[in-house]
Amino acid sequence: MTARGSTDIRRMRLAGAHIALAIALIALFVASLCAGSADLSPAESLGLVLAGPADSTASRIIWEIRLPRAIMSLVLGGGLSLSGFLLQTFFANPIADPFVLGISSGARCAIAVLMIAVLGSGQILTPAMSIAGALVGSLATMGLVLLIARRVRTQSMLIVAGVMVGYICSAVTNFLIAFADDQSIVNLQSWSQGSFSGSRWSEVAAAVVIVVAATAVVIALSKPLGAYQLGETYAKSLGVHVMGLRMLIVLISSLLSACVVAFAGPISFVGIAAPHIAKIAIGSSRPLAVTPLCFLTGAVFCCGCDLVARMLFSPVELSVSAVTAVFGAPIVIALMLRTRTFR
Amino acid sequence: MSARDTDMLALVAHGLAVGHGAHPLIRGIDLAVHPGQVVALIGPNGSGKTTLLKTLAGHLAPLAGDISVFGQALRDVDGTARARTIACLFTERPRTELMTCQDIVEAGRYPYTGSLGILDAKDREAVRAALTEAGIWDIRDRDFAHMSDGQRQRTLLARALVQMPRLLLLDEPTSYLDIHAQIEMLALLRRHARERNMAIVASLHEIELAQKAADHVVCIRDGHVIRQGTPDRVMTAQAIEDLYGLDAGSFEPAFGSVELPAPTGAARVFVLAGAGTGAPCFRALQRAGIPFATGVLYEHDIDCVLARHLAGTVIAQYAYEPIDEELVAQACRTISACGTLICCIDGGNEDATARVLIDHAVRSGVAVFRSVDAYLGTLDRG
Repeated sequence: MTARGSTDIRRMRLAGAHIALAIALIALFVASLCAGSADLSPAESLGLVLAGPADSTASRIIWEIRLPRAIMSLVLGGGLSLSGFLLQTFFANPIADPFVLGISSGARCAIAVLMIAVLGSGQILTPAMSIAGALVGSLATMGLVLLIARRVRTQSMLIVAGVMVGYICSAVTNFLIAFADDQSIVNLQSWSQGSFSGSRWSEVAAAVVIVVAATAVVIALSKPLGAYQLGETYAKSLGVHVMGLRMLIVLISSLLSACVVAFAGPISFVGIAAPHIAKIAIGSSRPLAVTPLCFLTGAVFCCGCDLVARMLFSPVELSVSAVTAVFGAPIVIALMLRTRTFR
Repeated sequence: MSARDTDMLALVAHGLAVGHGAHPLIRGIDLAVHPGQVVALIGPNGSGKTTLLKTLAGHLAPLAGDISVFGQALRDVDGTARARTIACLFTERPRTELMTCQDIVEAGRYPYTGSLGILDAKDREAVRAALTEAGIWDIRDRDFAHMSDGQRQRTLLARALVQMPRLLLLDEPTSYLDIHAQIEMLALLRRHARERNMAIVASLHEIELAQKAADHVVCIRDGHVIRQGTPDRVMTAQAIEDLYGLDAGSFEPAFGSVELPAPTGAARVFVLAGAGTGAPCFRALQRAGIPFATGVLYEHDIDCVLARHLAGTVIAQYAYEPIDEELVAQACRTISACGTLICCIDGGNEDATARVLIDHAVRSGVAVFRSVDAYLGTLDRG
């Protein structure tokens, strides 16, 4: 039967996309272990990983610098992509993501305040503290964007409003940096550009736990999310608890973007570009199929962009956000041109 | 009505008030819908039909009164049980991304699938049946965002049917559809009502279709149900004209059709017609804005039915009786007053009365035209 045929094609496309992305991810992961000022072959670096942490210089480079950074870029890239997918579903807007809607900037602003307060009192910022601070910031900004979204009816106005909110938060952050003392400025400046460098294992562990847990929740929610894609009215008539679902989406997407901002700073456009690559690859936006693929495309995207950021003008390192913008922004523009219904 | 009968009803509303916020848009609604019955809600735009349907669907809380569905209070029915009982088709169109027609329909199986929403063989069979019934099986792989309005409407209908509802609520299901698709849509709804004993409540803008498809019609205006009952009892010319604020004589209950208003002023043309020969002429004169008189027509002749809406003066004879001499005399006077006669009856087919009237016209120097085009042509030259 023909219905069978089209379902089979879909399944093959889905499996093919997963396999291709998994291979790309492994290749990029190994490449980011090998590449750098100390050149290592893939066999050497994998050997060092398998041998566990040792005292040699090469082993320390792998275990203290490259491995945590590679894992961080992978996990946060996946998380950022999922966060974008959730926000796109939430607002039924193809170019929504935490960066464009100003949520990343809000989280960044909250962390800046926290960092100045904590470092000023001579303490250090723990991963838990920075995530909590970022979450407060992103939820507050999300609340503001939601208030605006209730007033504006068009998709483009929502994006403009989000960009404005982002500018306000960035301005506040810049004021804070200008008035902060020297010690804080060094910390703030490097982090607020967006970078995976200097990831510590404690941060990696926190990021992995949060992103994996959030991904599991999103997969568990794929059925109501699929109904929600038809719009609130139809979701209600199918028996979805719409208010509860909306709150969960807001919470999870804010948590994911908070996590990214806390550990890597604001990273642009991944949240829009990666989910769309995933959707176009399988020609569908069904949450059950798209969620894992979204994670993979985000991970590949960020891992690849981080590699470019490190290697392109080595030893000078670019901010990863600059690289993601170069690759991501054209995708976003293409989407706006392609989507006829975007108003 | 006994308690047992009440249990059998698909939908009962009692003293219902609906609206957004505190002020009711419609109040005092009493409804009783039986399984297998098609109920049409009619009334002007903004009368609150959509709000009523959303309240019946459980999306809006009633401001007053009770709703029960198959003997159970609607507020006590939880989400999944409600979705298995009630399906809806609203005028809102999902803004989708990369979702095929089939994806949309499959979403309708939500209340039947497991926690991850994966379809089993039974679900797929239901989807296939709904796609076929809605006539969209061949376009099931098309992207919903790139379909025509009519195809989207069918897709959303299939999505509602695949929920296997016992009560179907539809908000303007025939809007966006061409006339062929409107008829198919209503025929399909009637078939579901008949074969699956489905209760259907639909708001309709096309009153002529409401009259033909519904078992029960509910007229809503100015915050009240002003009338309800069977179409033949409710949809009289007076009731429809009141409901929509139409001019008298616009609505024809025999066909459920409406006519544009008749030209006003003294008749300038007399049309000699009968047995359906006059209808195109009447309409042409109405479009040209020329007031006219016609006769002598038998009551219930289709020309007479139409002339009642479009002509300034209709000289009519009660059916099954010979034509009254007095009416012929009246027609002669009117012809003289008009000064122009259009004869729509083919030469040779005139009856005795028609010949008398033509002779009268010729004798008194009234211009006689054999078609409306010939008459309108002289006006253009003038």
